[in-house]
Amino acid sequence: MSTIAAISTPNAPGGIAVIRISGEQAIDVAERIFKPFGGKRVSDMAGYSCAYGAAYDGDERLDDCILTVFRAPHSYTGEDTAELSCHGGICITRQILRVILKNGAENAGPGEFTKRAFMNGKIDLTQAEAVMDIISAKGSRELKMAEQLRSGAVFKSMKRCSDKLIRILGSLAAWADYPEEDIPEVEPTALAYSLREVYSDISSLIANYDRGRILRNGISAVIVGRPNVGKSTLFNCLSGCERSIVTDIAGTTRDMIEETVMLGDIALRLSDTAGIHNTNDVIEGIGVDIARKQINEADLVFAVFDGSCPLTADDLDIIKNVKNKNCIAIINKNDTEIIIDSEIISNSFKHIVYLSAKNSDGLDKLKDAVEEEFRLNEMNFDTATAANERQKRCIECAMNSIMQAIDIIENGEMLDAVTVVIDEAEQHLLELTGEKITNAVVDEVFSRFCVGK
Amino acid sequence: MSYLMGEFDVAVIGAGHAGVEAALASARLGCKTVMFTISLDQIANMPCNPSIGGTAKGHLVREIDALGGEMGRAADKCFIQSRMLNLGKGPAVHSLRVQADRVMYHNYMKNVCENQKNLFVKQAEVADIIVEDGKITGIKTSLGAVYHVKAAIIATGTYLKGKIHIGETSYESGPDSALPSKYLSKSLTDNGIEIRRFKTGTPCRVNKRSINFDIMERQDGDENIVPFSYETDKNNLKNVVSCYVTYTNSKTHEVILSNLDRSPLYSGKIEGVGPRYCPSIEDKIVRFSDKPRHQLFVEPMGLSTEEYYLQGMSSSLPEDVQLAFLRTIDGLEDVEIMRPAYAIEYDCCNPNQLFPTLEFKKIEGLYGAGQFNGSSGYEEAAAQGIVAGINAALKIKGKKPMILDRASSYIGTLVDDLVTKGCSDPYRMMTSRSEYRLVLRQDNADRRLTPVGYEIGLISKERYNRLIKKESLIKSEIERLKKTNIAPSKELNQFLEDNGTSPLTTGCKLADLIRRPQLNYNNIAQFDSDRNELPDDVCEQVQLEIKYEGYISKQLAQIEAMRKLEEKQLMQNFDYSRIHGLRLEAIEKLNKFQPVSIGQASRISGVSPADISLLAVWLQQQKGINNVT
Repeated sequence: MSTIAAISTPNAPGGIAVIRISGEQAIDVAERIFKPFGGKRVSDMAGYSCAYGAAYDGDERLDDCILTVFRAPHSYTGEDTAELSCHGGICITRQILRVILKNGAENAGPGEFTKRAFMNGKIDLTQAEAVMDIISAKGSRELKMAEQLRSGAVFKSMKRCSDKLIRILGSLAAWADYPEEDIPEVEPTALAYSLREVYSDISSLIANYDRGRILRNGISAVIVGRPNVGKSTLFNCLSGCERSIVTDIAGTTRDMIEETVMLGDIALRLSDTAGIHNTNDVIEGIGVDIARKQINEADLVFAVFDGSCPLTADDLDIIKNVKNKNCIAIINKNDTEIIIDSEIISNSFKHIVYLSAKNSDGLDKLKDAVEEEFRLNEMNFDTATAANERQKRCIECAMNSIMQAIDIIENGEMLDAVTVVIDEAEQHLLELTGEKITNAVVDEVFSRFCVGK
Repeated sequence: MSYLMGEFDVAVIGAGHAGVEAALASARLGCKTVMFTISLDQIANMPCNPSIGGTAKGHLVREIDALGGEMGRAADKCFIQSRMLNLGKGPAVHSLRVQADRVMYHNYMKNVCENQKNLFVKQAEVADIIVEDGKITGIKTSLGAVYHVKAAIIATGTYLKGKIHIGETSYESGPDSALPSKYLSKSLTDNGIEIRRFKTGTPCRVNKRSINFDIMERQDGDENIVPFSYETDKNNLKNVVSCYVTYTNSKTHEVILSNLDRSPLYSGKIEGVGPRYCPSIEDKIVRFSDKPRHQLFVEPMGLSTEEYYLQGMSSSLPEDVQLAFLRTIDGLEDVEIMRPAYAIEYDCCNPNQLFPTLEFKKIEGLYGAGQFNGSSGYEEAAAQGIVAGINAALKIKGKKPMILDRASSYIGTLVDDLVTKGCSDPYRMMTSRSEYRLVLRQDNADRRLTPVGYEIGLISKERYNRLIKKESLIKSEIERLKKTNIAPSKELNQFLEDNGTSPLTTGCKLADLIRRPQLNYNNIAQFDSDRNELPDDVCEQVQLEIKYEGYISKQLAQIEAMRKLEEKQLMQNFDYSRIHGLRLEAIEKLNKFQPVSIGQASRISGVSPADISLLAVWLQQQKGINNVT
């Protein structure tokens, strides 16, 4: 049985999300992406034990999580299982899932965890009908989604890429299967060139993915600034309600508060840097991993400054810390006299918005700035973009296979090995539609080449 | 009027390439077997090109041989030119093809059958199958002779209601002017078997004296001849003929196009579905009108005849048009036709009515093989013949059937494609049809299938032991190459650079060198002083296993996953609408195809992964219920 993974909690912002990995390789996969802070190895963890640590993508630290290990047969599925509890932002959870998939797990099919539980005798026979309900319900939802996608631009673009691969495979098949006919020889450099073309077409489908995701899921934005610049006021002004600060102890800000607010027609998933508010030492506070991490994870940073006084050392440090981010400088309190060093600000930020959070004045300018920052106005809605993780995963797998095919061509290996790898790429692209590859290739050969006795 | 003529275990109807392999396998497994042919002079006839093998087909012949079949040995005995195609495109697509002597091949096979213990060869037209309670119990010939049998294999090729078309003329006939089989179709239909009509064709034969070979390209056989059979001694093989290539031209095309109205294909007289891979020359010219010329091969039919075959010139145009267009071709200006090209229509079955054993789902003990199952080609026919023959015999002996899966062989792929997907035009084997082609190479057919043949009883103990010995040599040599270190040296690095690959800076294993595309087992021999002399076929396996290790292990993992699904058996005549949650399309397809396993179900188009999950859960549930009761 392959090892599967999926986000097991509802696909919505929440305090905590759980990613479940199940199968023979579950513990190995977990070990590749998770390092317990205690220095213990995941593979040494006993069943029913937890470890606090961080999830990594290679060297990049993604999030602090808790990993729970279950050893077969004592788990929900009856297989080795690792469950990662991470922070519930949709973005971070998906990012971690992506890393897990990259490290050897496969996307779980509809109801697959439950199915495995059943197959391994973890669920009573009388519950089989219920299991089948889950599978068919999820299956039909996915099918419906796939059907909707069929008419969409992504589907058409994927189809174009898939047709190109079929064309390539058809040429290779005709050339291999009809050596005695005058079929044009498939030249390795030309083959690599065609594959590169497909690769670039395909990769554009996911290049837009993150921008497309922003539109679907909202922009994750974080407000930073030293105390008393009006962060809370801004937060409340955007969210339209008074809200209390959840925690005042630095370092316990793990359950970051997130609220979806509308800025014009843009959805922001806004969080404040709770915990930094009451810290006297902002410089240090902003220097700690936690805040930096919040800044790093966010799609957008609102750096708030008090317009009514000169920049402080704390302000300057914040400027330094948000340097490489999508960032908008907000000069608050424009209802008072502006004496801030506007030169430093304008040298440091591309977008500067003057507003008064107190009076809710200037929010339209903030909206314009956000649109500009993400170039939402320029976004071409005709451009196809992968619409969900499953699609993205198929595309990424296809890209990997194509790259591998190009590599082995350039390495001078035989074309029979190359075709098998291109087959794989094509299979990934056909996965969503359920078509079968060999029929397509054979049809291609006979429709394009004049072959036969 | 009818009379009893005998009791047999197995009756084989037809003695072409499928029939012969079926009858030999069944008789060799100890079943009393009777093989019927409309004419004893047509046994293992090659009414089209007398050529055996070719891409993917060469794989099939080697696999038939590895299982204990006859085709490979016969081809080795009767070939007059041999070539390994596709060298340079990778070992997965290397394909052996020979030109055989048609008459010699027929005589060889006829004689093998005549001398085979338990096998009785009879000239007769089988007119009826006798079915009682859904089981075959006998067959009846057109003369009224009844034979009681426990199993029957239909291998009627293109004989079944055969009809030949040449231009405006058509008449009932089998291939090569043999009599057609007139009555069996109706008997099959009466017994609930769905019959349909396919079409194929063959080019004309011309006299060698009328060909000017001087202005054609010559094509010679290989210097190092590789035999089909693992049993054949490769030292005494030689090529005795050459083949030639020439081309059509604009004049040829003009003649054909201006006479299209006289072709039965275009006038609508032929209703059968023709093979896409064997288009007639008129088809090629119409469909690929931008091609200025089409090549044709001029190939001898044998050593005792002056007849030559014109490969690529299949046609159903009238005889006078055939002559006119041939004479426009370089080298054929004075050509004399001996047999005109013709198209032939015939009855066959849709193979999705069969189990993977090739037994009909509807009639127990009745099997189909060869062109009757919708395939095309001598090799495809022979492959199905041996499968049907083996399974009929195993069933009579009460043994487990032999089901070769897709990962085992091209034979398994062929059978699975036919029974799972059916076919809409005559099916030809191609390397691109096998997803496991890096593992299913023609060079390792013995390693894949000889153990199966041995277990069944078609392979002798001696032959099996030779394979075991070969396996152990391969294994230990691979281990040695993976363990042995080689240090960088001036000579070695010079050699590496001369071969266009990077020099060594630190030591590595010998196997690492062999993996480099520029190097191979033989050319690094000078740096491998501990090497023992090993047989060529062992060296070849060692080299390929090392070079392709990464791909092979990946394919093996896919195979393992596939086989798990294959083990999950489904029941027959089941109403899938009873399974809660299946989608309508899936229910419809599953009800129609009645797959034997979840693996087979997963290859039916329109059955989604979610449907397969449901089936698996449902199957588990049934198992649970059965265990309780």
